[in-house]
Amino acid sequence: MTANGATPGGVPPAHDGTGAAAHRTPLIAFDPRLGPAAAAADPLSADAQQRIRERAAQVLARYPRPRSALMPLLYLVQAEQGYVSADGIRLVADILGLTTAEVTAVATFYTMYRRRPCGRYLVGVCTNTLCAILGGDAIFDALREHLGIENGETTPDGAVTLEHIECNAACDYAPVVMVNWEFFDNQTPASARELVDRLRAGDPPMPTRGAPLRTFTEISQLLAGFPDDLADAGPSAGPASLAGLELARSRGEAAPPFPTENAPREEGA
Amino acid sequence: MSFRLTPVLTATWGTDRSWTIDAYHQAGGYQALRKALAMSPDAVLQLVKDSGLRGRGGAGFPTGMKWGFIPQGDGKPHYLVVNADESEPGTCKDIPLLMATPHTLIEGAIIASYAIRAHQAFIYIRGEVVHVIRRLLRAVEEARAAGYLGRDILGSGFDLDITVHIGAGAYICGEETALLESLEGYRGQPRLRPPFPATAGLYGCPTVINNVETIASVPAIVRGGVEWYRSMGTEKSPGFKIFSLSGHVARPGQYEAPLGITLRELLDAAGGMREGHELKFWTPGGSSTPLFTAEHLDVPLDFEGPPQHGSMLGTTALQIFDETTCVVRAVKRWCEFYAHESCGKCTPCREGTFWYAQIFDRLEKGLGTAEDIETLLDLSDNILGRAFCALGDGATSPVTSSIQYFRDEYIAHYEQGGCPFDPVASTVFAGAGV
Repeated sequence: MTANGATPGGVPPAHDGTGAAAHRTPLIAFDPRLGPAAAAADPLSADAQQRIRERAAQVLARYPRPRSALMPLLYLVQAEQGYVSADGIRLVADILGLTTAEVTAVATFYTMYRRRPCGRYLVGVCTNTLCAILGGDAIFDALREHLGIENGETTPDGAVTLEHIECNAACDYAPVVMVNWEFFDNQTPASARELVDRLRAGDPPMPTRGAPLRTFTEISQLLAGFPDDLADAGPSAGPASLAGLELARSRGEAAPPFPTENAPREEGA
Repeated sequence: MSFRLTPVLTATWGTDRSWTIDAYHQAGGYQALRKALAMSPDAVLQLVKDSGLRGRGGAGFPTGMKWGFIPQGDGKPHYLVVNADESEPGTCKDIPLLMATPHTLIEGAIIASYAIRAHQAFIYIRGEVVHVIRRLLRAVEEARAAGYLGRDILGSGFDLDITVHIGAGAYICGEETALLESLEGYRGQPRLRPPFPATAGLYGCPTVINNVETIASVPAIVRGGVEWYRSMGTEKSPGFKIFSLSGHVARPGQYEAPLGITLRELLDAAGGMREGHELKFWTPGGSSTPLFTAEHLDVPLDFEGPPQHGSMLGTTALQIFDETTCVVRAVKRWCEFYAHESCGKCTPCREGTFWYAQIFDRLEKGLGTAEDIETLLDLSDNILGRAFCALGDGATSPVTSSIQYFRDEYIAHYEQGGCPFDPVASTVFAGAGV
């Protein structure tokens, strides 16, 4: 990891709390599956802190009360480091006048705040019931085997973090894989293997319904409410979203026309 | 009864650049806002009351009545909060709506805020849909630039701003008071009610919380009027609704139809079950609504129909499974979901969903016993009605209904020492060599 973490790379160091930063108390180190947090050795640079503080003013302006800015501020930390570090927690607490315990309580409640560095691409396979049964379980198993990593782990090149995820509101496109929270619809084990191969080769494919893939830190900025310029990319809807509409047109069915207007009918009806 | 599909919300999803304000204007967008602003707030509220619009987030509470609970002249700020945290398993209507036509929601939110005299609205959207978030943020910017947000909107003297608040992965935040906690910067844990949000909601102020589809229906109601709206649907459940069909059907997708349509009719629209297979079980409105089977094909899907047969309309998320699907496996996965998403605040849900997952794990491995089925039912009795919020109640739905309809399948798991189903057969790529 570089000091400012602009490009989170690779697996977190096997960190045992010793070394230069050992005097720091890791604040979020209690998940036994994850081992000790890497946070202590990975301070937020002065530049990163400055960037967060500048943006924080804009975030605070959105809300009647400052504490509402807590969630977007955690995303701003994640945008710098690829996860929410102990330093990031301290900074957010300082900005909002909260204790680190109060901020940690929130950061650890929500699963999208990561407690270890994430790869450039977070690959989430939906394994909630519907996707799982239609093939999500097979896809997840195929990716685990293909990448040689388990749930929550990152490939050694730092490209892909693999996770199983819950229902992502795209059940009509099942099985669904999300990459950095963009939709890859109607996947198979073969298509998912090809997808991660291309991510690792630096040749990310286009999402089915979405914009060209950004890295995990870049989308964290968006999730803090700072839009990038990609809203116009991608289609308005996928085929399943339009299934009923197209059937209605082919059958000549429509809602009754609005009565008070001169009832412009659907084109193509 | 014959039915027609009635695309209103979905009508423009396929048009070129449908998400832009230009495309929305082209389709008559923001005419309803002009019409509403020419009326008094009370008249708008009365119109929505008279339309009979009921909440689309699952509970079906009359929307106009909810708005009417907001005290007026109380000197406190009022807030509108739109619940765009769509996370109920199987539910996939709001996210495509926001991707295709976010302005429908923005226009509805402005009209709703005007009616309840709110000057600040929030849209709480789940975080796991970045492209939808882009389109929503853009739509708010466009609406502001067009003078639909800000001060003195269209010369009406009405002021409003909208803040998009982005969630961070917590199903529980779809519960309205947990959502408010989250919006205030806390862990998303539900609040004790009363007081209800209508009197003490966001920041302790009167707050209306509505689902995306509810608010997005408002512009069409204002444009079309009460009689037009009530010409669709049933007396007690008027209007159009997006039905989301997923699973083992020939053409999964979004089908907008009048409330009261049946699964038989919807399946006909979706091309039936996938070829060579038959319906085994389905959810009428997400995983928190008790399962239905082929015997429920003709239950009218409105707010009254499913409760007469032991289920609920929920979010009209019809997850449809054929005979290749193991119901124990399906319910196990939902139980793991509820255990993962339980916020931990109350004991029945926190402990109960955890033990559900343990028992299902045992059953699936063939290590279960007859006693496990009784324990599952006993656990369900101790969660349903005793949990702090609807998450716990919802978790019991697939468990008790699957035992009701498929007890033999549970028994087969421990009698045969494991799952009798081939998981490959239920995949969409079964036999395709992938």
